[in-house]
Amino acid sequence: MLFEGVDLAVAPGEVVAIMGESGVGKSTLLNLAAGLDRADRGVVSIDGVPLESLDDDGRTRLRRDRIGFVFQAFHILPHLSLAQNVALPLVLQNLAAGPATARARDMLTAVGLEGREGARPSQLSGGELQRVALARALIHRPAVVLADEPTGNLDPETADRVLDLFVREVRASGAAAILVTHSDRAAAVADRRLTLTRLGLVPRHDS
Amino acid sequence: MTAERRPISYAALAWMTLGEWRAHPGRVVIAALAIAIGVALGFAVHLINASAQSELARAVRTLNADADLQVRATTPLGFDEQLYPRLAQLPGVAAASPVVALPARFGTGPSRSFDSGVLTVLGLDPLRAIAVTPTLLAPPSQAAGEGGLQPESVFDPNRVTLSRAALKASGAKIGDRVVITAAGRSESFVLAGVLPPGPSEQQIAVLDIAAAQWRFGSLGRLQRIDLKIAPGADLGRVEAGLRAILPSNAQVVTARSEARQGDNLTKAYRVNLEMLALVALLTGGFLVYSAQALSVARRRPQFALLRVLGLERRGLLAQVLVEGGLLGVVGALLGLGLGLAIAVATLRVLGGDLGGGFFRGAAPDLLVQPAPVLVFFGLGLVAAIVGSLLPALEAARAQPGIALKNLGDHRDPDTRPSALWGLGLLAAGGLAASLPAWDGVPVFGYLSIGLILAGGVAAMPWLARLLLSPLQGAGRGNIAVDLALKRLWGAPGQAAVALCGIVASVSLMVAMGVMVVSLRGSVEDWLGDILPGDLLFRVEGDGFDPAQQARIAAASGLGPVFFQKSAPLRLSPNLPPAILVVRPIDQAAPAKSLPLIGRTADIPADVTPVWLSEPAARLYGRKVGERMVLPLPGGPEVFVAGIWRDYARQAGAVAIDDKAYTRLTGDALRTEALLTLPSGQTPGGAARAVRAALPPDLAGQVQFVETRQMRAGALKLFDSSFALTYALEAIAIAVGLAGVAATFSAQTLARTKEFGMLRHVGVLRRQIIGMLATEGALLGAVGVVAGLGLGLMMSQVLIHVVNPQSFHWTMDTRLPLGLFASLAGALIAAGAITAVLAGGRALSTDAVRAVREDW
Repeated sequence: MLFEGVDLAVAPGEVVAIMGESGVGKSTLLNLAAGLDRADRGVVSIDGVPLESLDDDGRTRLRRDRIGFVFQAFHILPHLSLAQNVALPLVLQNLAAGPATARARDMLTAVGLEGREGARPSQLSGGELQRVALARALIHRPAVVLADEPTGNLDPETADRVLDLFVREVRASGAAAILVTHSDRAAAVADRRLTLTRLGLVPRHDS
Repeated sequence: MTAERRPISYAALAWMTLGEWRAHPGRVVIAALAIAIGVALGFAVHLINASAQSELARAVRTLNADADLQVRATTPLGFDEQLYPRLAQLPGVAAASPVVALPARFGTGPSRSFDSGVLTVLGLDPLRAIAVTPTLLAPPSQAAGEGGLQPESVFDPNRVTLSRAALKASGAKIGDRVVITAAGRSESFVLAGVLPPGPSEQQIAVLDIAAAQWRFGSLGRLQRIDLKIAPGADLGRVEAGLRAILPSNAQVVTARSEARQGDNLTKAYRVNLEMLALVALLTGGFLVYSAQALSVARRRPQFALLRVLGLERRGLLAQVLVEGGLLGVVGALLGLGLGLAIAVATLRVLGGDLGGGFFRGAAPDLLVQPAPVLVFFGLGLVAAIVGSLLPALEAARAQPGIALKNLGDHRDPDTRPSALWGLGLLAAGGLAASLPAWDGVPVFGYLSIGLILAGGVAAMPWLARLLLSPLQGAGRGNIAVDLALKRLWGAPGQAAVALCGIVASVSLMVAMGVMVVSLRGSVEDWLGDILPGDLLFRVEGDGFDPAQQARIAAASGLGPVFFQKSAPLRLSPNLPPAILVVRPIDQAAPAKSLPLIGRTADIPADVTPVWLSEPAARLYGRKVGERMVLPLPGGPEVFVAGIWRDYARQAGAVAIDDKAYTRLTGDALRTEALLTLPSGQTPGGAARAVRAALPPDLAGQVQFVETRQMRAGALKLFDSSFALTYALEAIAIAVGLAGVAATFSAQTLARTKEFGMLRHVGVLRRQIIGMLATEGALLGAVGVVAGLGLGLMMSQVLIHVVNPQSFHWTMDTRLPLGLFASLAGALIAAGAITAVLAGGRALSTDAVRAVREDW
């Protein structure tokens, strides 16, 4: 068992940063929130739906419709264009390719990549890739955005720009966001900062 | 709120598939080509066989014309013509037409080959034939020059009517004289007319029946009676009535039984050839598996991302299966086009015969029907989808959270891979091999081969670990060898994927190689047994009478000689005629005269012994020690004293001692003799001595051939018969090798990041190349060992199940050690070279960038 006693509620439009030592289970906590892992005990609910009551397909559909993800390693599909990458959550909801990519273009504009929708991921820098990931995370207006070390692979200046964009877009979309990070600088943009320990989440007081 | 289930997203499917294909077009092309080649070979062989078989069926219809039923003689000696009036008066018979049917050829003198003539002489009574088989008569015409027949010509004993094919072969014109040789006699006729075009281009010469009997020495004998059934009469009842009065040397033949005969004769041959062609498709399926497994392994994080973003398991399963299915569609469509082109070219160049000799001389038109097109398209599709199934299941089963981190082959190196599935499939293969043929086709034999192959492939991770165990620690002191061994040891799943193509192609190659070498060796031994002596001579027609035989035996300058005779013997209306082999057989030591196999029985004193060939024993379900009735005059009961090996007569042969045969039939004529030359005598000198002992007219008809030449000719024929087999096998090997190269190359290129890391920590470039060469060579070696083992198992199924069930013969196993050695060398070298070449390409990528690469 990694940790116990975690009790966390995140309101729409709120950004919560979770910090903690390596190996304490920050990523596992995100996996639990996404329904990718199952907790030994306790309940994870999104919009009042307990994930434990859903089977694998049910949790997958919940992720598809209600959750957005941002990863440290970006995870942008290399063989798809930027617009296709961003539009993926919509086409997985079975929206036609035309309207989905049109929405993706708008999202790319919102994250500062206007006119780059036909570009391939290999043509982009790390910061640009993370902006694409952010657009993908928000395009389907999720209830929750889960971000795992979103600035871990970026230099400080780029990381600041991406974080500002992240917070702005999350708040604009009204999603509840959980941001897992090692970085105090990244955590500083959040509305609440918590530290994960083996005994649960404790509020973090900035030094 | 619960998220609703939605259909699979076609846009996501299309984007992912096209993206992958754009990124790796070479792999897509090789996998699609592998399917295409398999489909093309299978489809081409099927088209050629179907076209040739349809031609054969048309030929049968042409000769039988429009008769509802036929009564046929069981031997060429025919039956007494007194049977005709009795049949004509049977209830239900509207009309009967007596027929003399003789194999013949145009011209005089001995034929140039030992094959029977392609021309058939039919002696008909025009007044009877007009009611039963009108298409065998030339239509009356105003102008004889147009091919019509003047009414008075039909009874003229000097006139002949030819089919269009016969007219072309004779090179004659209406009014010319043509010489026809049949039953050992050459007779001249005036060409009076041409038959109307029939369903097939058969060479037929129609004479008045009396002329045929008189001029070809067949007085009082008929070979068949064609029957027309009265309207409303019950065919089954008429058949039963006929059977009740027929003598033992005549049988009822229906169009259905005739068609079944042709089908039975060639079915095993056709099915085996098509199965062989499908070996390439099977190898193609394994190649798709390799390609898809690698693609799935490489894209594990991509698929995990799709699962995280909301793609359900079934959606991911569909993704990989659709990719495989599309490869199948593209490959199958390409294959159908290619197969059609191969079939057209082959029919144009070789005719309809693919080496078995069943369709020799046929010049069929291409016959394309929708069902086979759909079947072969489906086979290509199924091969590709089945090849994709395991990778698809693996992709769908993966835990997205873990797979997103791309931990690769995350098997604990200390965990022993399970052999359960592999051994289970091998056991199922053994069980399937013990089941009998289904409708004359060794379906379970082929299933057994498939299961053994699948079992071997499934057991590969376990087997690879087992074979590599002794090498653990062998690489100490050599970083390249040590790294290679560690990797193969730690990632047995990836090793198994790479080995899959090698094992499939090597085992199929070994199985076919062992079978062909074993059959060839057994045929060589058999030829020595069945063709003793130095010189064979024969004569057409009646043959040598006892006085002539005695004069030859007593002639000076000749060594020991024995006479024999072969004649068709119809044992069942549903099977082609067997051959009765009449030769001296010592009852006390029959093995001196026949290549006996298995046990023999003590011969009871009250019955004549016969020895059945293996095909005859299997086709007619007879065992040693049983009694049976031979369809010879008087229907004598005989005793099956033993079984002998025979590769020449697929419809079966019955050997009987010449004295016993003469006693049963009164026939003392013999058409062939085998002579052992005394030292110093030449074949030419012996031939002169034989001719000098015979009357001049008969001496000119005798053909001589050295048994040495016959044996060599038979082996040459064997090799040419198997030429297509060798070609199909070579193509399967080429597909397999291409697959091996593609697999190794893809696996190596996918490890760019690993090479970058090794270069970072100080491993030299040449050490990585050495590691890859060692890995490739080791994988090749493991694949060869596993492939040899599996191939030997599969060869035993081919030898002891598929061949006996298809062709009714057995053989002794022989191992082509030279083939094994060259195969092993080539594959180990191919594995090492491919890995090194791909490694060189992977190492050319910047090491630092490679480590940073995420996918």
